[in-house]
Amino acid sequence: MTSDLRLKTRLFTAIVVLANVSGNSLMTFGVKRHGGALGSSVLEYLQVMFNPYVAAGICLLIVWMLARMALLSWADLSYVLPVTSIGYVLTAVVGRVFLGEQVTARRWMGTVLIMAGTALVGSTAVRTHDSASREKLVETTR
Amino acid sequence: MKWILVAVIVTATVLCDALQTLGMRRHGEIQDFRPSALGRAGAALARNGYVIVAVALMAVSFFTFLTLISLADLSFAVPATAASFVIETFVAKYFLKERVAWRRWTGAALVACGVALLAL
Repeated sequence: MTSDLRLKTRLFTAIVVLANVSGNSLMTFGVKRHGGALGSSVLEYLQVMFNPYVAAGICLLIVWMLARMALLSWADLSYVLPVTSIGYVLTAVVGRVFLGEQVTARRWMGTVLIMAGTALVGSTAVRTHDSASREKLVETTR
Repeated sequence: MKWILVAVIVTATVLCDALQTLGMRRHGEIQDFRPSALGRAGAALARNGYVIVAVALMAVSFFTFLTLISLADLSFAVPATAASFVIETFVAKYFLKERVAWRRWTGAALVACGVALLAL
């Protein structure tokens, strides 16, 4: 494993996490401001998508999607999932700030577990599949 | 209703990630980050069957998620959909043939437990 690959992976992990957390938070804020449950008509979805907060959230989620696709072009799925899960912690923090919720002992414990899991998986190889076997896999699943 | 939406999101997410990973592997590692090269990669991906289906599934997952957060809190929605996490680690091992050793299993389990605690 080259340090180059690690560095690139760290950078893209950071982009994926930040775009996801800010995108989801903006989108939720916008949907809540719109008020009421969605699901009655297509028109309602279109309407809510023109809310500036929701629109900004969607743009950030497109950045999230593209950065994650790039990351998956070289890294394992079983690596990407846990290391980007640090976003759950940040999402909870953002939710708390907006909702003014208390940080309970249980939530602190959850945060610590996620961070430990992220660190543990982050210490493994970024890629464990090799080109030869992945060609074979693509052939058999085509 | 909430849990039906969660089930739809989890199923779509798992299928989406598996196909996306296959599609991106078939495309090969993105190494050149100049705009022209990224444009060419984007054009190639737009014709990549796995990626097309994955993006469609992502749209399903996205609109279902949008519906879910309109009737539940984000602090319920995000952790509840984290069940996809454990399923995807199995998919990564048995379908994508990744080497999931003890550090990855333990890490994935810790994250899943942590997410559950955050949700409560």
